[in-house]
Amino acid sequence: MTDSRRAARPIVETDDYRIVMAGDSAVVAEFEPRIDPAVNDRVLAVAAAIRSAALPGVRDVVTTYRSVGIYFDPLVTSLEGLIETMACAPDRPIEGSASAPAPLEVPVRYGGAGGPDLAAVAAFGGCTQADVIALHSGVVYRVYMLGFVPGFAYMGNVDDRIAAPRRSTPRVRVPTGSVGIAGGQTGIYPAETPGGWNLIGWTDLKPFDVERGDPFLFKPGDRVRFVPV
Amino acid sequence: MGIRVLKPGMLTTVQDLGRWGYQTEGVPVSGPMDARSHRLANRLVGNPPEAATLEVTLIGPQLLFEENAVIAIAGATFEVSLNGEEIPMNVAERVPAGSRLRFGSRVAGARSYIGVWGGIDVPAMLGSRATHLPSRMGGLQGRALMTNDLLPIGSHQAPARAITTGDIPPLPNGGARLRVLPGPQADRFTHRAFETLQAARYLITPQSDRMGYRLQGPPLQHTGGADLISDVTPAGALQVPGSGQPIVLMADRQTSGGYPMIATIITADLPIAGQLAPGDWIEFSICSRAEALGALQRLGWR
Repeated sequence: MTDSRRAARPIVETDDYRIVMAGDSAVVAEFEPRIDPAVNDRVLAVAAAIRSAALPGVRDVVTTYRSVGIYFDPLVTSLEGLIETMACAPDRPIEGSASAPAPLEVPVRYGGAGGPDLAAVAAFGGCTQADVIALHSGVVYRVYMLGFVPGFAYMGNVDDRIAAPRRSTPRVRVPTGSVGIAGGQTGIYPAETPGGWNLIGWTDLKPFDVERGDPFLFKPGDRVRFVPV
Repeated sequence: MGIRVLKPGMLTTVQDLGRWGYQTEGVPVSGPMDARSHRLANRLVGNPPEAATLEVTLIGPQLLFEENAVIAIAGATFEVSLNGEEIPMNVAERVPAGSRLRFGSRVAGARSYIGVWGGIDVPAMLGSRATHLPSRMGGLQGRALMTNDLLPIGSHQAPARAITTGDIPPLPNGGARLRVLPGPQADRFTHRAFETLQAARYLITPQSDRMGYRLQGPPLQHTGGADLISDVTPAGALQVPGSGQPIVLMADRQTSGGYPMIATIITADLPIAGQLAPGDWIEFSICSRAEALGALQRLGWR
């Protein structure tokens, strides 16, 4: 039994990343546990390399802040081929035709009924509500990852002065389109769900809409700016 | 035309092999809790494995067939009758229009799959008909079946073949011993945690559903904290929050999670996990990757 952890040793381990198995049908490349654009760039580069290699049996390539998970059919996919592709990926995604596109602009109505926590965030920052709006809309954010519910984009980094932590009691019902802050992260609720983020405004853009040609407004690596309306 | 729901049962949903390819956009995979029985139900009526079936949970439905159909029921054993006459599980049955299918007492297992020749033909969403209850996606309006729903049957691709299957998978009775591989975050747990994991018996609590089974038993100790920057969440992963009580991630799990995962149930044993219910027990044993792949190969899924 003392061999259990040895059996789970990483397949590859270097100074700044490692590759570990997640069961028999998934493998994960983990980079440094930081919320950092450079780390997230490496994640996206590995994901892009796996996708373009189009190895047989690969079912899904999933990126997070600092890791990429590959789901595959272990009776079809060559694990060695996967690991080699991961290990040989460049440090940054290769810039394609869409290099450095203008940030996606999200119109936001700050405060009021759609942003019931604007005052609380101002109190957290020891500033005015206008300052919160200026600080939140004055930054180009990066979409680090999506999760929680379909189309929910975790964006950062929110200015430290308004990086209010999650509410101690989450709301049972957060309306679709609510713009929230949770620590250094900001995001838009794509559906009505429970949620603990501080709601500072509301947008009519739909992060997830199955009727749209591309149902997902945001992709990992996108740049986003909030515009007060 | 189609299948009319007279009584929906406790939780009956449309499922196929799952909504793969969109986890990076936050879309959960979903799909059958017991993929093996889902595949068997399809095979028995001559469907491809990706055809949609009905997943029946603990208390089965009553259905009225408004057109001729061929069906097969696999997975958890129920007393099932067609127009008042008992019919066997794991066999293709011709169902004339106007027939009533009624699920009675459950004998063993937790989830049955009703395969229908041509498949359940609800609209596909992002390439899948699987119902994901928390995000109200797929299936019939993203929800479980309700009384008076009408389920369309798909067009028949090939003549249904009465296939007698060799192996009927064994069903757990009150609990199961499941094989796991350590990781992905094995290094976040003490040696003691691995000893506990393999020696203890865990109970599936009532706070369990298609997203995950919350277990109750001896706590599993972390080496550091229980918080992680969100990471990917494979099916069968044993996620351990600060309480030390593991949660087995199942079909409707979210695409990422922030708790370390000590071990992951092997793919070949996931269908057995899917046949468990609250009150059942689970024991875990660590196996090798070679054993996991051998077991998967023996399932003969292709």
